[in-house]
Amino acid sequence: MDVFYQQLINGLSLGGIYALIALGYTMVYGIIELINFAHGDVYTLGTFFSLAILTGLGVSGEVHGLALVGVVLVTMLAAMLLCGITGVLIERLAYRRLRNAPRLAPLITAIGMSFILENVMQLWKGPSPISFPAVIPNPSFQAGGVEIAAKQILVIVLAIVMMVALQLFIRNTKMGKAMRATAQDRDAAQLMGININTTIAMTFLIGSALAGAAGFVSGVYYGTTWFFNGFEAGLKAFTAAVLGGIGNVAGAMLGGFLIGLVEAFATQYIPQGAQWTNVVVFSVLVLVLVFRPSGLLGEAVPEKV
Amino acid sequence: MALLEVADLDAQYGRIRALSGVSLTVDEGEIVTLIGANGAGKTTTLRSISGLLRPSRGTIRFAGDGLLKLTPDGVVRRGVGHSPEGRRVFARMSVRENLELGAYTRASRSEIAEDFERVLTTFPRLRERLVQKAGTLSGGEQQMLAIGRTLMSRPRLLMLDEPSLGLSPILVQTIFGVIREINARGTTILLIEQNARQALSIATRGYVLEVGKIVYADSAANLMASEAVRAAYLGG
Repeated sequence: MDVFYQQLINGLSLGGIYALIALGYTMVYGIIELINFAHGDVYTLGTFFSLAILTGLGVSGEVHGLALVGVVLVTMLAAMLLCGITGVLIERLAYRRLRNAPRLAPLITAIGMSFILENVMQLWKGPSPISFPAVIPNPSFQAGGVEIAAKQILVIVLAIVMMVALQLFIRNTKMGKAMRATAQDRDAAQLMGININTTIAMTFLIGSALAGAAGFVSGVYYGTTWFFNGFEAGLKAFTAAVLGGIGNVAGAMLGGFLIGLVEAFATQYIPQGAQWTNVVVFSVLVLVLVFRPSGLLGEAVPEKV
Repeated sequence: MALLEVADLDAQYGRIRALSGVSLTVDEGEIVTLIGANGAGKTTTLRSISGLLRPSRGTIRFAGDGLLKLTPDGVVRRGVGHSPEGRRVFARMSVRENLELGAYTRASRSEIAEDFERVLTTFPRLRERLVQKAGTLSGGEQQMLAIGRTLMSRPRLLMLDEPSLGLSPILVQTIFGVIREINARGTTILLIEQNARQALSIATRGYVLEVGKIVYADSAANLMASEAVRAAYLGG
């Protein structure tokens, strides 16, 4: 049983990162029906920005006490801000003018945007994996026979805090309501006096900022990154968004955690599981979509006319 | 000076001409109706005024200001409310949230609360449904919500696109009664209807659109009396 709980913790940590990335996919899809392929790369950019900020702060290893709280908050918030701005710029420069174009055009543009970001990052830090300072000291907590690392607690807590904050924002604030209205009916939203350019930019800002947070957290968690990091993580997070029901914010969170758990348990319980994780993850996606084509929490909404 | 002044409007969807040279005016305090068959260009005219559609030619002035350069939210801020065809309520949001969104452009909480009360007094049915999702309302209730939501922006000009569509005769009477009431309280109204008889009965003036062109423009009484209009739109 200890092994089970151990993998549960590992899965939740992994899942927290996927969930944070998945939110950006699902929010953008919800509001402009675009699969933003560049989103995974914005997440990688989050690890790069975090690394640059840590270097700037002169941090190259463990930090303790209050300084740790400061370093974590400053680095993460700055990475979120920078990624958020990047997301807004991408929408402004590449997607906005294609808003009324046939769907394929923005989709291909998103793939192009992804290539651009990957190449910029390759120029910036080179083609090989780079190490990320282990900021969080490594005391492990024992609970029963289960070992929980401090950084795992950080990942899970941060992911949950941000998701709760996002839900509160979307449910209760004026901007959150405007975003939901724009996602449901863009013309009607405009007739309420909502400036949809603002709400769409805001969606990219928040989605990309969450990817930035995920980038920081994953850097700390894995201790490494490279320019192509976002490809697989992005694909899995996108899978999580589809699994939960694309366009549905709660679904993205659920999907993220589920994918993380499936991955952790597959690694443990399937012989030579580590090699089969991706097969298992995507098989789960296929199975769910066979029985629930709109995803776990997605509503079967008829195609808009 | 007219409150709303539309002049020489041309609009197209792709290569299809939807409006050619449409001109109309609405004076402060009037109820003006725009009647015509399906596809005559009534909705296109309203969408052009709201800024949802860019006309290819012409001018639209509201209270003296040009509207054509504004985005739709700018038009709402100037005081033009548009309750669109098909109601278009936010189905997955509550009735209360729909009404709140109607007041999106406004800042004064006390004024919003006042109008919220007034809308609920006008449409008592909505008060019973405040927490319900708008998508679960009946057609008539959704129409009330669509009109109420637009009133929440406290528009000087209220544009209604087919408010009676798909409603039972009794509900149609209710809705038209409410439109008259809203007008009596000082809101100018531009009303699109297929139900021409009903629309002309409450309007001061009317325009008849045929294939993108205004073919008749007159007082409501004269239009009701006109042989040609009677034959084409009032069933003889």
